[in-house]
This record gives sequence, structure tokens and C-alpha cells, in this order.
Amino acid sequence: MGTYILKRIITIIPIFLIATLLTFGMINLSPVDPAEAYLAAAHIQPTEEILAQKRHEFGLDQPLFVQYVNSIVKICQLDFGTSYVTNKPVWEEISSRLPATIQLTIGSIIISILVSIPLGFLSGIKKNSGIDHFSRFLSFLGASIPSFWLGYLLIFFFSVKLDLFPVEGTGTLKHLILPSVTLALPLIALYTRLLRGSVIENLQEPYVLFARTRGIHEKAILGKHVLRIAISPMITGLGMNLGKLMTGAIIVEAVFSWPGFGRYFIDAVFNRDVPVIQCYVLLAAGLFLLSNLIVDIVQMYIDPRISRKGRQYP
Amino acid sequence: MMAQFREILKSQTVIVICSVVLCLLFLMTILAPWIAPNDPVAVNLAHKLQSPSMNYPLGTDHLGRCTLSRILYGARTSLGFAMLIFISSLSIGLIIGIIAGYKGGWIDQLLMRIGEGVMAVPNLLLVLGFVGIWGAGLKQVILALILVQWVYYARIIRGMVLSLKEQNYITAAKISGSSQWKIIKKHILPNVLPPLAVMGTLEMGWAIMDLSSMSFLGLGIQPPTPEWGAMIHEGKSYIRTNPALMIYPGLMIMLIVVSFNLLGEALSERFGIKRR
Repeated sequence: MGTYILKRIITIIPIFLIATLLTFGMINLSPVDPAEAYLAAAHIQPTEEILAQKRHEFGLDQPLFVQYVNSIVKICQLDFGTSYVTNKPVWEEISSRLPATIQLTIGSIIISILVSIPLGFLSGIKKNSGIDHFSRFLSFLGASIPSFWLGYLLIFFFSVKLDLFPVEGTGTLKHLILPSVTLALPLIALYTRLLRGSVIENLQEPYVLFARTRGIHEKAILGKHVLRIAISPMITGLGMNLGKLMTGAIIVEAVFSWPGFGRYFIDAVFNRDVPVIQCYVLLAAGLFLLSNLIVDIVQMYIDPRISRKGRQYP
Repeated sequence: MMAQFREILKSQTVIVICSVVLCLLFLMTILAPWIAPNDPVAVNLAHKLQSPSMNYPLGTDHLGRCTLSRILYGARTSLGFAMLIFISSLSIGLIIGIIAGYKGGWIDQLLMRIGEGVMAVPNLLLVLGFVGIWGAGLKQVILALILVQWVYYARIIRGMVLSLKEQNYITAAKISGSSQWKIIKKHILPNVLPPLAVMGTLEMGWAIMDLSSMSFLGLGIQPPTPEWGAMIHEGKSYIRTNPALMIYPGLMIMLIVVSFNLLGEALSERFGIKRR
């Protein structure tokens, strides 16, 4: 099992390096000159002399390969440079906005799990029943509604018409509900669908028949065996979608004026604040890879066949 | 003949309905200049934020522009650019997928690793990053969406080519001395294209949604060009007084995405094609 985890960690490194190479390439192809942008942000009149000095300071006069290695070393130290706009360290800016975004994403993960596990499981064991049709309708809707529109619809019905929730802002649980629901709906759609399919598939497996012939209570079969194994693709989906959740949060934060780092990122995109963009993209890639790794390990605990397979067929 | 037609209608309800809806939408985009009641960009502040009337069937927005006309012309922008993105990324994916699958070896490894790197970053984020570095604008957004989308086509095509390569008839063609180009053109392309068409219907929905999200954020299509995402962006300030301004364009996006998704799913189920 240890070797399995080690192997997975080793496969992550080249992918992450490619992601850094991509962002590095993007920045070097960008028409924005970091030295000029820095001086503009600091309100210093750029002269050739100062520009050359700043370029030397940033290491821009070195060969590209050296620059790339330097940038990776810095990234490993969580040093993402300074923002062109505010002149503060990027990491500081982002980490101060992180809690709001984490609050939002955790809220939506909780909502999506609470809704999709019962819904997907019930519609899986009662195929073609009323609840099955409902959940299929919901998962279809969730995949096709643009989330920014859904956000405004929720604001319109629940805040403007019914006056149940505040329109925007943060602080209380009430503020969190509408944004989390908006962010959660696509996830609910996906997880319900995954769980339903996987439950239906698992009910055909021989182990279910075997358990039934042994006279084990149907509830125990479904709860102890089927659900436990059927949930595994859902966990994969959860890991695969952490990155998507992050981009979903960008839009939801824009709709609800949520003070997270998604909105900060959009501002950075408008201002062409390259270090912030780079940091955000790398963070998302890192999060995606890390969450996949965690998902793989969790899955190994749930379904021991995975690591055993690795041992039998190396 | 009639009975046969009815049979098809019954067994393929979803496919028929979605195709009809999409055909109507396509017709709408083509006929927009003739059926739109007003100029979609003509500003008339005297008529701003009006409720529906004979002249303005869906009312007007904050600049007195006709909402219905803007929605009709918006279909042009959305569908047109989505098609552009779809065709370009498909072509790139097709070329790269065939090269990777057919040649194999280090080229395959290199192309697929690049693909994995692109996929490690969520689509929208990569697009936003690209736009952020190259500046906001329609050209950048479309280019970025193409850069993100080709990967999915390339991976699927590579997989199909890999399994096709093992088929006996390809071996037979090789033995009988067909050139690589001829094998690709005569044997691989005809097998790869039909499933791609099905996949494309699913991707069209995504392309429209991604494009409208970008316009919603104010990065894609710039005003005054009518586009649904941008219309929602403009209409959001009037959510209390004129919610219709933001509801109609959203309904249109949903209608079109739902139709593409349902059609794509029904088609892939019918022809037994696995989704990505």
C-alpha cells in the first residue's frame, strides 16, 4: 500500500511541472513587461536606467531556463511575487481572501452530499419510480442551467419576492445559503447521477446475489455492502470536481458579491495582474492534483481491491 | 410511409423534439434581420425600461433597446461563435489525436502529457488566465476556449485510433502496401467522424455556456453587441424593477443548452458511444 501511494505521488510531479511550464510560458509570451508594470504600480516614472535595474532585480536578464528554475524554487517557497496593482505579496493577498471562498465551497460540498446521497441511492434502488424521475430531472437541470443565471433567479425569488435571504454580503449562515446552493446544484446533478448509475450496476454484481442467498436482510445488503462500494465513483467525482468548484466559485462570488478570492482573481484578470493570475492557476492545478491523490487513497481504504490489484498485476 | 414516420416519432421522441427546437433556433439566427421588430443596438432613452407593448413585444432595456430583437440577434452571436469554437477545436483535436494514436511512441507521450497538463487546470480557469495575460476581448476568449477544448477531442480520437489500428482490415491495408495517408483517409477518418459528431452536440452546449459565462463576467463579447450572457450582466442591476431583462436571456441559454445536451445524450445512447 505504501508503494502504491508513493507511486501516485511520483506521477504527480511531472504533471505539476508541466502546469508550471504552461503558466511560465503564458507569462513569457504575455505582452506585459513585469518591470514596467511594477513601476507603473509604484508610480515611478520609468526611465531606461530604472527599467534595466528592475529587470536585473527580477532576474529577467537571465536565460529563460534559469528564470524557469528560479520560478519553481520560488513557488516551492510559496513566493508568488508581488501584485502589479497593490504592490503587496500575492500570497498575502490571496490567503486573506481564502477563508471566505473555503466557507463557500465547504457549504456547497455539504449541501451537495446531503442531497445527492439519499437521492442517488433511492433512485438507484427504485429504478423508474417517481423519485428516480425526479432525480434524473434534477440532475439534468443542474447540468444545463448557467450558474450565474441560477444565482440571479434565486436572488429574485428568495430575496426580492419572498425576502427570506439577504441579497448579498457575508457574515451569517443566512448569507451563505443562496451562494452555496447555487454552487452546489451542478455538483448535486453530477453526484446523483454517478451514485444512481453505480448503485444500479452494483445490484447486478454476484456478491449481492450471494448475500441474498445467504438470507442476509435486504436492508443490510443495501446499506452495508452496496452503498459502501457504490459510493466510490462519487468520491472520485468529488475529487475531480474540486477544481471545478473553484472556478464555479469565481462566478458565484461575482453574482453574490462574495468577498472571496474568486472575485479578486476576476479583478486581476481585468487589470492584467499577471503574478496573481499565475498564483491562482497554479493553486488550482495543485489543488486538483492533491485532491485526486487524496481521493485515490481514500478509495483504497473503502475498496481494498484497488491496492491488491496493484500487487497482483504490477 | 405515414406509419413508419409515426414509428420513428414515437421511438425517438427526444431526438426529434430536440432537433426541431435546435432547427427553429438556427432558423431564428439566420432570419434575425427579417423577423426582429427593431434594431438591436438602437439606443432610445425616451423608451427605456418599458414593459411589453406592440412595438416592443418583450419590453426594452435600460437604454431603450428592444429586448426581443436583442435576444434574436444574441442567438446569432452565441451560436455562431460556439460553432467556430467547436469546429476549430475539433479540427485541432482530430489532427493531434490521429498523430498521437497512429504514430505512437514519444510523439504520443509528449502530446498526451501536454493534454494532461491542460486538463489539470479547470477549463474556465485556464481561459480566464489566458484572457488575463493577453487582455480581455472576444478574440482572446475564443482562442482560449479552443485551446482548452481540443484536448478532449484529441484524447477520445487517440483512443479510437488506437483500437482501430489493431483491426484486421488496417493490417490488411498495410500489407497490401497502402500509404499511411491513405489508411488514415480511407479507413480511420470514416470510423472516427460519426462518434465525433455525437460528441460535438454535447460540446456545443458547453461552448455556448462557457462563452456566455465569459460575457457575463464582462470579458468576452463587448457591448453593444447583443449576447445572452452580456444581457444578463446588464439586466442584473434591474432585478427589482425589471426582472424580465435578466430572465429571458437566461431562459434562452438554458433552452439551447438543454436541447444540445439531451440530443447529444440520446444520440450517444442510441449509437452506444461513451462520453468523456
